[in-house]
Amino acid sequence: MSMNLEKIKSDLEAAVPGCSVRIVLNGSPSEQHSLVLGREHALEVARFLRDDAELRLDFCSNVTGVDWLDKEISEKVKVKQVVDGVEQEVEEVRKTRTPGYLEAVYHLYSMEKKHGPLVVRMHTEDRADGIKLPSLTPVWRSAEFQEREIFDLYGIVFEGHPDLRRILMWDEFEDHPMRKDYVEPNDYEYEPTPHDAVLEKSKQARTLEQ
Amino acid sequence: MDPELKLELRRQGIFTTTLEELYNWGRKSSVWPLTFGLACCAIEMIATTMARYDLARFGAEVFRPSPRQADLMIVAGTVTKKMAPQVVRLYNQMPEPKYVIAMGACAISGGPFKQGYNVLKGIDRYIPVDVHIPGCPPRPEALMDAFITLQKKIDAQPLTGADRPRHLNADEPSEFVVPQYGAHDLVPAKNPKLWNIITKPTSKECMAGVDESGKD
Repeated sequence: MSMNLEKIKSDLEAAVPGCSVRIVLNGSPSEQHSLVLGREHALEVARFLRDDAELRLDFCSNVTGVDWLDKEISEKVKVKQVVDGVEQEVEEVRKTRTPGYLEAVYHLYSMEKKHGPLVVRMHTEDRADGIKLPSLTPVWRSAEFQEREIFDLYGIVFEGHPDLRRILMWDEFEDHPMRKDYVEPNDYEYEPTPHDAVLEKSKQARTLEQ
Repeated sequence: MDPELKLELRRQGIFTTTLEELYNWGRKSSVWPLTFGLACCAIEMIATTMARYDLARFGAEVFRPSPRQADLMIVAGTVTKKMAPQVVRLYNQMPEPKYVIAMGACAISGGPFKQGYNVLKGIDRYIPVDVHIPGCPPRPEALMDAFITLQKKIDAQPLTGADRPRHLNADEPSEFVVPQYGAHDLVPAKNPKLWNIITKPTSKECMAGVDESGKD
């Protein structure tokens, strides 16, 4: 059952003053549109989503992380320019650069009202130092291990999490292996049928051998 | 003793044997595996012990819950780098003579996860493996075949001489280095005494044989 995001958004803005909620449309046939919450009021917003009599989103089924790299979008823009005294329309390529960020995605359902999912996202400030997000574990206990997993693999620091430490990798591990710029140690060994990234590694190893 | 004569004597009701044969017969007929599974291969291992395949027919009816009472470690499943030190530690805790079957693609080479950041590229980097079984997962018949292969291996072991098994040679190690967790990988990444990287012959070496045969 799809949720009426416009209504949820207006309800949220009325209930939590000053909160930022943005609707992100999903163009695919599933039409799973989502809400992007501002970091500052996310905890209050989450409490409202859980406790509101109409929504009652009492079950957080899934939490996951996404790593968005810096993006450079180049688009062609028609600009009027004066060339040799005559006004002409000239195409110009404009590049816009959006900085990368880390994202946490929560899938919320209501057991009581039998509706959902509501997809809620939060963005970190950037991928380097501003990697803090409020933890939603105080609202949905089921998020605890999954937020730990996101911390382990993506490095998002969840503030207010009761027990934030690595869950899959060992404690001595450095870095966050699911980040797109993670460089794993080169421990390539002979592969009979290498392809893709492994083919590159096998070529490197062969040149080193010679 | 001449095997023909031995058979003839048996027909006449006289049973002859050697200490070595008796010893090996006893060992191969009661190999007790460790109750130990890591991933989906363990399900096939469990199926092998159940009524349909019945591994008990070969003398492996008791899976021991303690490494102190086990003779065989069936490494059934993906060995993650986080789990590898514990696997080696369990192996070290088993008394000699002890054997290892590496079951499935993951345990022998890392399998589909070989190029990942978190999976060991085969348990034979840290402990000596007697039988490798490929498959994802191997069927119970494959595990039984590996088990019978191991029994044949035990049966053929001489008790004295240079080829005697490890547990009868005081100089051979019975414990192996437990790897430590490092910043990105296990330290050491392999036990060099057990594992040397097999490099593919270079194209020059491959061509050398071809040239010689061409001259003939």
